[in-house]
Amino acid sequence: MTTVPAQPARPDPQEAEQLLAQSPPDSPPGDGRRGLSRRGFLGYVVAGTTLAVAAELTTGARPAAAAVPSGPQVAEVFDLGDLQTRSALPTSQLITITLDGNGVAHFAIPRMEVGQGITTAAAMLIAEELDLPLDKVEVTLAPARPELVFNQLTGGSNTMESMYTPIRVAAAVARGRLLAAAATLLGAQVSSLTARSGVITDTAGGSATYGQLAALAASAQTVPVRVNLKSTSSFRVVGTPQNRVDARDAVTGRKKFTMDLAVPDALPTMVCRPPTLNGSARSVQNLPAVQAMPGVTDVVVVDTGVAVRAATFGQCIDAVRALEVTWNPGTVAGESDESVLRRLKAAELPMAVPKVPLLARTVDLRFEFMFRSSAALEPNCAIADVRAGRATVWAGLKSPIVAQRNIADALGLPQTSVKVNVVTGGGSFGHKLFGDAAIEAAKISKAMGKPVKLMWHRADEPRQGRTHPMATSRIRATLLGSDVLTFEQRHTSIQTDFSHGLGERLTAMAAELPAGLGNLGFAQSIFTLTQELPYDFGVVTQLLNEVDMGFNTGSMRNIYSPDVACANELFVDQLAKKLGKDPVAFRLEFLKNERVKACLRKVVEVGRWGRAMPAGTAQGIAVHSEYKGATAVLVEIDCRPETVNRTVRDAVTGPRVTKAVIAIDAGLVVNPRGLEAQMMGGVSDGIALALTSSNHLQDGHFLEASWDNYFYTRQWNIPPTFECIVMPSDRDLPGGAGEAGVAASVAATACAYARATGTVPTRFPVNHGTVSFTPKTFVPPVPASPTDGLSHTY
Amino acid sequence: MAQHTFTVNGEIVTVDVADDVRLLWVLRDVLGYTGPKYGCGINVCKACTSHINGKAFNPCSVRVGDLEATDEVTTIEGLAATAPGDLHPMQEAWLERDVAQCGYCQPGQIMAAVALVHKVRAEGREITDADLDAIRNVCRCGTYNRIREAIRDGAARM
Repeated sequence: MTTVPAQPARPDPQEAEQLLAQSPPDSPPGDGRRGLSRRGFLGYVVAGTTLAVAAELTTGARPAAAAVPSGPQVAEVFDLGDLQTRSALPTSQLITITLDGNGVAHFAIPRMEVGQGITTAAAMLIAEELDLPLDKVEVTLAPARPELVFNQLTGGSNTMESMYTPIRVAAAVARGRLLAAAATLLGAQVSSLTARSGVITDTAGGSATYGQLAALAASAQTVPVRVNLKSTSSFRVVGTPQNRVDARDAVTGRKKFTMDLAVPDALPTMVCRPPTLNGSARSVQNLPAVQAMPGVTDVVVVDTGVAVRAATFGQCIDAVRALEVTWNPGTVAGESDESVLRRLKAAELPMAVPKVPLLARTVDLRFEFMFRSSAALEPNCAIADVRAGRATVWAGLKSPIVAQRNIADALGLPQTSVKVNVVTGGGSFGHKLFGDAAIEAAKISKAMGKPVKLMWHRADEPRQGRTHPMATSRIRATLLGSDVLTFEQRHTSIQTDFSHGLGERLTAMAAELPAGLGNLGFAQSIFTLTQELPYDFGVVTQLLNEVDMGFNTGSMRNIYSPDVACANELFVDQLAKKLGKDPVAFRLEFLKNERVKACLRKVVEVGRWGRAMPAGTAQGIAVHSEYKGATAVLVEIDCRPETVNRTVRDAVTGPRVTKAVIAIDAGLVVNPRGLEAQMMGGVSDGIALALTSSNHLQDGHFLEASWDNYFYTRQWNIPPTFECIVMPSDRDLPGGAGEAGVAASVAATACAYARATGTVPTRFPVNHGTVSFTPKTFVPPVPASPTDGLSHTY
Repeated sequence: MAQHTFTVNGEIVTVDVADDVRLLWVLRDVLGYTGPKYGCGINVCKACTSHINGKAFNPCSVRVGDLEATDEVTTIEGLAATAPGDLHPMQEAWLERDVAQCGYCQPGQIMAAVALVHKVRAEGREITDADLDAIRNVCRCGTYNRIREAIRDGAARM
C-alpha cells in the first residue's frame, strides 16, 4: 500500500481539458458542469507503487444555482443535505482508494461510523463498481484531515448522499486501470476482458487477479482519468440486502471502541463533576488523601471539575466519590423546567395571520417539548496523549477537524501538531458531533503530563452532557369551508449549539444560498433548510426563535423535525376532525408530494388503517418529508388501564405501542437491510420521545443519572409487531436514512395516544409530569457500584 | 493489594488488585478482556453481562474479592468455545438477522440471551413474549425487534 499525499499533485489544467474533450460524441449533455455525460465523471490515478485512485469529494454535487427554489418552501428544493453536499466545492479535495497485493481495496472514509451502517454501504459501492467481493473491501475511518475544510462532518443523514458518486468514480477509475494492466499482461484487447469478483479473464482462458495487477496498474504520476459509471440497472450488490461488514466483530466482542484501545500508559481517568450544570471547582479540601487512595496516580483541577487518573476505572469512581470539593455555581443556577418554559413563552414570535374572510374559523394549539439527553450507550470518552509540542487523540468524532482545532486551541499548539484519530462510535445520535470528551481529555493529559483514557460516568451524561433543547411549537390555522387558508408555526427553542462546523458552512456559503437565507442566523437558516410542510395549506409560515440560557445542547437524531412533525401532525388530525374528515382522507387530500402520499397509502394498506379496535386502544398515523425522502408511520397503541399500570421494576411502563408499520422512500437504496435497521431504531426513538424519555430540570441541575431514570425505550416498551416497507423509488441518488425514521414515528405515536385517550397531549413526553424515580445524590456526583451482583445471576 | 485466582474463558488467571475493585474493571483494565462494556456501572444497562459458572451476571457489581478460585467466568470472547462450531448458535442467529447496529450493547445482549434460553429450558418451557419484555439490556440504537427475533432463532439452534 502507498500513502497518498494529503495534497496530491494537481493535474495540468490543459491536459485535463484535452482528456475531457475526448468525450464520445454521443454522450448526452447531462451535467453540464464538466461537459461529461450523466454517468461520465472525472477521477484520478494517484502516483504510487500500487494502484491508488481518487475522486474529488464533491463529484456529482448539484450546482447551487440550479437549485434555487421556485416553490414556496426552501427545503423542498434546496435542503440541508444540499448545503452539506455542496459546501466543499471550492476545496476540491480527494478521497482515495488503494488496492494492495492481496487484491483488497482499502478506503479511509472521511466520515464516522456510529452504527448507521456507512462503512457497509461504502464497501458495497466499491464492491459494485470495482467488481470485487464485499469481503475484499476494507473501509476504515479517516483521521481528521484539515484540508477537507467543511467536508468531514458526519451529520444530517448526509453521508450516502454526499459520498455516493465520489466513491463510485474512484472505484471505476481503479477498475479501468486494472483492465488496462490486464490487457498488457495477457496480451489482449481491453474490450475482450471481463472483470468479476476480483479476477480479470480474457476470451482465451487467461486470467489475472486484482492482487497480481495492483502494482502493474500503479502510476508514476497523478493523472486525471475520464470514467463512465455503471448503470443502475446493472447493479449486482447495491440495492441488495447485505449484513454489516463489522457484524462478526460485534458479536464476538472483537469490535474495538475508544475505551477498548490499548494506548501505552493511557490509564483510566474520570472527572468529579459539579452538582449544578456547568459549575466549576473552587477548591479541593482533601487532595492529599485522595491522591493516596489505592490505584490513584494523579488528581488535578480542570475547568470541568476535578480529574482523577488511576489503575482502574473502579478506583477512579472511588476517588471521584471521595473528593471533597467546594463548587462555584453553574450556568443555570436556580433554573427549573417551569422557569425555562416561561422564558420560551416570552420569546414566542407573534402570529401574523394574513387577512382572512370573516367567516373563517381558527384552530390554535401549543405544544411543549422537554429537555432530552442525546447520550449514547457508550458514554463520552477519549484517549489523549499530550507531549511537549504535540498531541495525539483517539475518540469518536463526527466533526474531527473542528475538534482538532479546538484541541489545538486548548493546548496552545498549532493544529498541525495535533493528530486526531477517529474511532468507531458506540452510537452517537448527535452527541458525537462535538469533541467535548476529546477536548477535556487533552486538557487533562496536559495538566497531568501523562496519557489518559477519559470516560464519563453514566450519571455525568444526562446531568452534564448535551441535551436536545426544550422547545415549544405554536400553530394556528384558518379554515374556510373545507379549505385551509393559512398555516402558521412559531417554533421557540433553547438555543441549539451548531459550533460543530455546520454553522461555519453556512457562513462560508451565505452568498450562494437561496434568496434571503444568507441573512438569517445559523439556527434560523438550518430550520428553514430542514422544514418542509408537505401540505397545501395556503399561506404557510414557519419561524424559529431561540433563547440562549447556557445549556449544553445539540442535535438528537435530527434537529427540529421530531418536535415540529409531532406538533404538525397532531394539529393536522385536529384540522381533519374540525372538517369531519378521516385523518388519512384529509392528508391524502392536502398532501402535495406524491412520494409522501405513496408511503401513506402503503402503511394504510399494510397496517390496516381503520380496523375495529377496542376502546382505550387506537391507531395513529403520520407522515414526514425530509432528507430527499418521505416516510409514513402507522402505530397502534394500548392505553387501557391494565396495560398502562403494568409494573416492571424501576421502569416506566405506561401506554404500549403494540404495532408499528413504517414506509420509507429513501431514494436509491444502497443497503435495504441497513435501511430497515435505521427505521427500527427511528421508531424506538419516536416512541421514547412521545411517551417516556426526558430530563427534569430542578434547581439548576438535571435529576436523571441512570438508564433507569432516563427512560429510553426498553424491551417492555417496544411494539411486538414491527414492519418496515422500503418503497421503490425513481430517484437515482440516495437520500438520508439515519434520522429519517424518527419524526413520523413520534408524531404517529402522539396521534395514536390522542385518539386512544380522547385528549390531545400538549407536553412531551406524556409522562414528564411524574418523576418516576428517586434522584441519585449530586454530591458525590456518581453512585457507588453495587456489590451484590452474585445475588442476581440467572 | 491481594492476589485473586479464578478462570476466565477457560484460562486460569491470577491478578494482584484490591479486593473491592469490581470485576468489570479487572476484566477490562487489568486483564484486557474488552468484550464486556461499561454503560452505567450500577447493574442497570447490562452492557457488561457475562457468565459466571454458566449463569448471567454483571461484573460491574461484583467485587473481585468475592470470586472463588473455582469460579469460571465467561465473557463474550469465550462464548464461542462453549459450543461446537466456529461461533455459538446465538452468535450465528445474531449474524443471520444482522442485529447489531453500533454493536456496543451486543456482547451483553448475546450473553443475556444465552442465559435466558438456558433458564427457560431448565424450567422446562419455551421463551415467551413476557420473557423478552423482561430483558433489561439497553440498546440505544433501538434494535429491540431484531434482538427478539434472534433470541428465538438462537434458541431453536441451541
